[in-house]
Amino acid sequence: MTARSFTPFGARDTWSAKPGPNIFRSTAFRLSLLYAALFAAAAALAMGYVYWQTSVFYARQLDNTIQAEIRGLAEQYRLGGLPRLNQVVAQRSAAAGGGLYLIADADGERVSGNLAAPSAALLEKRGRVQFPYRAPAPGGTETRLAIGQVFQLSGGYRLVVGRDIEDRRKLEDIFTSAFIWGVGFIALIGVLGGLLVSRVLLRRIGAITDTSQRIMHGDLSQRLPLAGTGDELDRLAGSLNSMLDRIEQLISGLREVSDNIAHDLKTPLTRMRNRIDTALRDAPDSETYRETLIQTIEEADELIRTFNALLSIARLEAGAQVEDFETFDLAALAADAVELYEPVAEGEDITVSLNAPQPAQVNANRQLLAQATANLIDNAIKYARPDSGEGAITVGVEPAGSHVRLIVADNGPGIPEDQRERALKRFARLETSRSRPGSGLGLSLVAAVARLHGGSIALEDNRPGLRVVVTLPATQTHSGKARA
Amino acid sequence: MRILIIEDDETAAGYLIRALKEAGHVCDLYGDGADGLEAARSDDFDVMIIDRMLPGRDGISIIETLRREGVKTPVLVLSALGGVDDRVTGLRAGGDDYLTKPYAMSELLARVEALARRPAPEEAETRYVVGDLVLDRLAHKVTRGGEPIVLQPREYRLLEYLMKHAGQVVTRTMLLENVWDYHFDPQTNVIDVHISRLRAKIDKGFDRPLLHTVRGAGYMVGETGP
Repeated sequence: MTARSFTPFGARDTWSAKPGPNIFRSTAFRLSLLYAALFAAAAALAMGYVYWQTSVFYARQLDNTIQAEIRGLAEQYRLGGLPRLNQVVAQRSAAAGGGLYLIADADGERVSGNLAAPSAALLEKRGRVQFPYRAPAPGGTETRLAIGQVFQLSGGYRLVVGRDIEDRRKLEDIFTSAFIWGVGFIALIGVLGGLLVSRVLLRRIGAITDTSQRIMHGDLSQRLPLAGTGDELDRLAGSLNSMLDRIEQLISGLREVSDNIAHDLKTPLTRMRNRIDTALRDAPDSETYRETLIQTIEEADELIRTFNALLSIARLEAGAQVEDFETFDLAALAADAVELYEPVAEGEDITVSLNAPQPAQVNANRQLLAQATANLIDNAIKYARPDSGEGAITVGVEPAGSHVRLIVADNGPGIPEDQRERALKRFARLETSRSRPGSGLGLSLVAAVARLHGGSIALEDNRPGLRVVVTLPATQTHSGKARA
Repeated sequence: MRILIIEDDETAAGYLIRALKEAGHVCDLYGDGADGLEAARSDDFDVMIIDRMLPGRDGISIIETLRREGVKTPVLVLSALGGVDDRVTGLRAGGDDYLTKPYAMSELLARVEALARRPAPEEAETRYVVGDLVLDRLAHKVTRGGEPIVLQPREYRLLEYLMKHAGQVVTRTMLLENVWDYHFDPQTNVIDVHISRLRAKIDKGFDRPLLHTVRGAGYMVGETGP
């Protein structure tokens, strides 16, 4: 096989024409970007909610405090007029409570209170206001924010009752920056994580792509790398690897077959040719011609038979003929096959006994199973006899859980354990002389039939002899599976 | 017999026609599916031999068309496709028999003759008689010269099939298909052994053998050999 001719996949060129893996175009990266965005949004929402709840609570608290103060001061004012109010304000201003008070006269001058004279504009206001004020601080004064209420008293006097909200403002600032940084970090970590994950993924997918390209170029021994984690990619690579094993096995089988065809089919063809040649050269009488021709026909028939067997194995391995499945009793089929072969076996001093006491329904291709059974019995007849004594073959059908076993056992020499696998291969004949009749296709056809039906074949030791066990899935009789 | 052959391979058709003519038949050959279908419609043939893969029109569709139009002439389908499902397709389409290439000419001749003499169901006989051998299908009994012969069920069916085609060559494959319903080729010639058992029962002890072996082709039941 030349390197040039082996390009089983036509799409190779379109593959290699594609640009290399681009991390930003990878599905993994896009997905992680999307996740990062969603996660950041969720975090923002949660933080916003906490902030909103806190600020509502805080505002209500403040409001209640101010209202309480106002109620108290109003009471004093009602009882003792401005002098009393002045007195109380001065008293309260001195106390450390965070309250801000101011009584100003008509000119805006402070009469009492701890609030340094604020802007004139504030005093003209009514009701709830927010205003800056100057407060003593270490090393001078600072401007802080307050919230309060302005009342007009008689005689142009004004009362301002307030509370410092600078702390709350600072908290807001902290919240805001925490919000921005938090969401920013989450998004950043999300994107970086996405990049990392997609890099890892891409590297593994890239390895798979590289390997598959090498395989497409004809190196079937390549296998996809496994990370050993047992994740989805590993499982994918694993099943692709078993697919490759199967393909390699089929191709090496094909190669083996062509080698064997070279031997097994060329030999009889050469023999035929030589025989005709000899007859032409030194036999002028028609009786010899006739004899030669008859022998030639027989040999041609043998060749055709071998070819047919080869073709059916090839077709079976391609998985054809599934549509011809029907449900039938394997025990009855085995009985038929035994009946067909009994006279042949008898002629060879071999007894064939049937051990199929109960029906065993299978859904299968009847002809193929009949052929497989016939092949097994045929094979057993060829080898049944031990060196001394009588040959004995047992054909058994027995249920085995959800399966049915077809067993053909003989008492011949058997097959050594190390050669059993080879015996299932096409054209394999364990006697190296290849002198006994048969194409060496019998067991490999049985194996192909078993595989087509989702079953298996095992060669076992019958002590003495060979025991071939074909396991097939059984049909549940009570289910009454409908068939077209 | 007049036989219609629709086959595009000239060499194969040449051999076929020669063999059929030697056997005393008249042949019409068409190499194209469409022409072949026209001929099959217009003329009366005893048997038609139709290749599956043809130019113009494939064999299966020709047979389907003919059967739909009520043409009942027996058809032997020839094909390089030999799988069981291919045979089933051929037979379901209305073919009466199926032969896979490459085939032995003797097999084809035997099958064509069997097809031509296939009795219609209503004419099915209740007794087959060859010389002094009688098979009574109603009583399920076989006698020779008045003496009863005890046969196993399968031996009975084997003899029944052979006697139904008395005077014709019946090949091993035909016996496997019709008596055992096996549409594959067992590696050993198991049929020979069954025939020799049957022969021991019906011919042993009688002067004239009725079950003959036709070398290179198959078997025949008849008062005279092939």
